Amino acid sequence: MKTKDIVLISLFAALTAALGLIPQIMLPIGVPITAQSMGVMLAGAVLGAKRGSLAIVLFLGLVAAGLPLLSGGRGGAAVFFGASGGFLIGFPIGAFVIGFLFDRHRGKPPMLMSILYVLVGGIGVVYLIGVPWLAEVAALPLEKAFIGSAGFLPGDAIKAILAAIVARAVRRALPAL
Amino acid sequence: MLDLYIPGQSALHRLAPGWKILGLLLAGSLLFALDQIGFSLLLGAFTLGLYALAGFGPHQVWTQLRPALWVFALIFLAQVLFVDWRVGIFVIIRFAVLLLLAGLLTLTTRSSEILDGFEKGMAPLRRFGVQTEKVSLAISLTLRFIPVLAAVVQEVREAQRTRGLERNLVALALPSLIRTLRMSEEISDAIDARGF
Repeated sequence: MKTKDIVLISLFAALTAALGLIPQIMLPIGVPITAQSMGVMLAGAVLGAKRGSLAIVLFLGLVAAGLPLLSGGRGGAAVFFGASGGFLIGFPIGAFVIGFLFDRHRGKPPMLMSILYVLVGGIGVVYLIGVPWLAEVAALPLEKAFIGSAGFLPGDAIKAILAAIVARAVRRALPAL
Repeated sequence: MLDLYIPGQSALHRLAPGWKILGLLLAGSLLFALDQIGFSLLLGAFTLGLYALAGFGPHQVWTQLRPALWVFALIFLAQVLFVDWRVGIFVIIRFAVLLLLAGLLTLTTRSSEILDGFEKGMAPLRRFGVQTEKVSLAISLTLRFIPVLAAVVQEVREAQRTRGLERNLVALALPSLIRTLRMSEEISDAIDARGF
């Protein structure tokens, strides 16, 4: 890995932390939406599979080490054991899948494909790990755990579409990444 | 650097981070493997003893649990509706014990110590071609970048507020991102120039 790759990985880890500082926006259905998971989607879409997932692993490593970098100032080892721990574990894998799909188009898939890819990695993969985890921790049947998480789906879908738009614009502005 | 650590002189504060992490992982696995309320209660009592040993009072225990209260309420409600209220109580006790234990690690260990522990723990990966000095570089760069990027995001927010766009996530993320990426070139040149 070149120095530039290390710098990009660190910058996206830091950007994901910085996006957690933007106050939550309340959706009309009463579910908060944070900008932080956009950092995860953007890391995969802009940096590709390897660098994107490493950026998120690095971010989560700092959270686990006790820095309050998750949105709302949360951090420490406890967040990984909490109800949303599985969603956190799903973040780097989701970033990897987004990056993998984007890499197949050299980082510039057509608009609709970009949105689809971010939805698959940023929501599909993340929920695939997060929901069974929630079911296990809360000792709930899988479908009930899913219903409990479904309130976040509209916000996540909005973020996925925005992340795809932003990633394409970034690739256009800075083709050599 | 911002840290959730609370200074102290107790045996728990002085214990090497590796042992604390190992203990946490072991206790967490046992909680789910044994799956018995007796064991959860026993470990809960033991954990409260550890809080006392570390010099933390009931206030600190409450501080650890407070953010999770609404999750407890939701889980209990779901359990009452779909499964059994007794299971609900068991799940919440187990959950609370886990959060308290993990919180204890964070409260008694500086994040810099845990990061050092990560770096040491990665040493065996050298054999598989992982360049651990690059991992250390990435960690220290990120710690340096977080305040820089927080400032970038804040500046972009203020600029967009004057345009009435502060609730528009694209208008926030795109300029922040482009400014971030433009920095990367200069920073990596600067690091290479210093012969890393």
